[in-house]
Amino acid sequence: MIATRSEKYVGHLFLLALMVFTVLPFVSIFVTALHPSGSLPSGLEWPDQPQWGNFLEAFRVAEMGELVVSSSLIVLGVVPVSLVLATMAGFAIGLLRIPGARWLLLLFIFGLTLPFEGIVIPLYYLAREIGILNTRFAIVLPLIGLFMPFGVFWMRAHFANMPVEVTESARVDGASTWDLFRRIHLPLARGPIASLAILLSIWTWNQFLLALVLVEDPTQRTMAGALGAFQGHYATDIPLLCAGTIVILLPTFLVFIVLQRQLVTALLQGSVKG
Amino acid sequence: MKPDSQPPTGPASSDRPILPRRRVGRRRRLDGSGLAGWLFAAPALIMYGLFVLQPLLLTIQYSFYNWDGVGPGEWVGFANYVRVFTDPDLLGPIFNSFRLLIFFSVIPVTLGVVAASLIHRIASSRFGSAATTVIFLPQVIPLVASGIIWGWLLARPGVVNQVLEAIGLERIARAWLGDFGTALPAVGMIGIWVLLGFCTVLLQTGMAKIDPELYEAARLDGAGWWAELRAVTLPGIRYEIGVCLTVTAIAALAAFDIVYVSTGGGPGRATTVPGIKIYIEAFLQRRVGLASALAVALVFLVLAVILPVQRLTREDRT
Repeated sequence: MIATRSEKYVGHLFLLALMVFTVLPFVSIFVTALHPSGSLPSGLEWPDQPQWGNFLEAFRVAEMGELVVSSSLIVLGVVPVSLVLATMAGFAIGLLRIPGARWLLLLFIFGLTLPFEGIVIPLYYLAREIGILNTRFAIVLPLIGLFMPFGVFWMRAHFANMPVEVTESARVDGASTWDLFRRIHLPLARGPIASLAILLSIWTWNQFLLALVLVEDPTQRTMAGALGAFQGHYATDIPLLCAGTIVILLPTFLVFIVLQRQLVTALLQGSVKG
Repeated sequence: MKPDSQPPTGPASSDRPILPRRRVGRRRRLDGSGLAGWLFAAPALIMYGLFVLQPLLLTIQYSFYNWDGVGPGEWVGFANYVRVFTDPDLLGPIFNSFRLLIFFSVIPVTLGVVAASLIHRIASSRFGSAATTVIFLPQVIPLVASGIIWGWLLARPGVVNQVLEAIGLERIARAWLGDFGTALPAVGMIGIWVLLGFCTVLLQTGMAKIDPELYEAARLDGAGWWAELRAVTLPGIRYEIGVCLTVTAIAALAAFDIVYVSTGGGPGRATTVPGIKIYIEAFLQRRVGLASALAVALVFLVLAVILPVQRLTREDRT
């Protein structure tokens, strides 16, 4: 259908307004970050002498190098294991349709609605008991469990939609269940697994509550957890806080620019399925 | 839309006698893989059980005790729950989370429908797809960052007040997050910023799936923008609306990150939501039982709000 001229005009105007609304906050912290550290500028004010050094200073005081390593270690601890477990369980529920599959699925789906606040208190005491409090394991292990509802649900949706013929012909050829999984269905599931990997990585990187409660040292936390600590220290030095926020967001921005298509698609599908 | 893409919340259609023949056949063929199949599902179930279900049961257990987290706990029955639902100090956060529901859920979804209906014809253009990517950005950055950024925008010298002064409204300029009357709506504003782009893009992908002929027909009947929205668009995106409402409602009721960094629950208790209260009671005040009772209440609160929405969207796909 061809849109009329006035429809196009209104549509563009609206999109433009939404874009300004989205981008303006980033512009504001960017120009604020260029003011002398410790000063109190206005929200949108280009400084007389842009202090590009603020970003270096923020990079240093936020211990950015260590933060990237720490967050990456946590992502590497969480995401691959989650992918393997979720894919196998999704395969069992969606394709093998094991006895009790529907109940198992319902049990996982219940977890989709569960707020992290509902379990964070015992997680603290459990982590203390098994001696992983204040280590990255205290974030990694619970996150794997917490990602199971979404991961299983996501992978099951893929496997449940696979044509039966694929499975049947493999069975006729005498493939074992493991062969069926490893040789036939795993290669076919590459797309959904990749999307799931993107989603879980972002959610891990951005995880705040678990990091705040379970790990005291910011350099052992996720990026979001470290940012929270940074704000606690530099809340009064607005330019430095803004510079630090930008520096800490930089990896996310870079990934977003490289993977924008996949990210948007994955996040949209993720919400529709989840 | 794939038939599997929605969480089944009740018995699925296979109870009906006519449809499931194919499905039964499929299941029988793979019957031999029951045990092997469970081995595939077991690792995921174990991690889920250990780090989600077990803590959930422990939260319920804690909620019946008076416990400071160190010494032995004291069984108090339902006393903690009685306090949660009678003490204004604990009931207040629950009310606040319902008020946040308006800002995190109702406003982004309503505005999202309007925005999406205005842009969905141009969304496939180059400008349109670039713009949808940009308005998605807040969805990718940590909520903590959104809280920090808006903490600055809403401060006394921030952009929000600058804009107000520029249009002659300097009288209402203030420190939005520090004012008892405006702190909660200001936090809600952050939620709108985070969720509006997401809702708009999701609703617009739903609209893209509507048969264009329906719009042609509505046009021929002389339907204006509003009539078209009601008769064609809204019924066509019921499922996407349901998804948006679900996602945003959970974000509102379980809000923590944004509130923690932008106001910390203050001023006073003006923006204290259950998540903040649970954190304070459990980890700062060491009233673990009371915090756990509030946590259990929050879990049920989320379910009570989410489940009716699921039913609403399910009827769509009979």
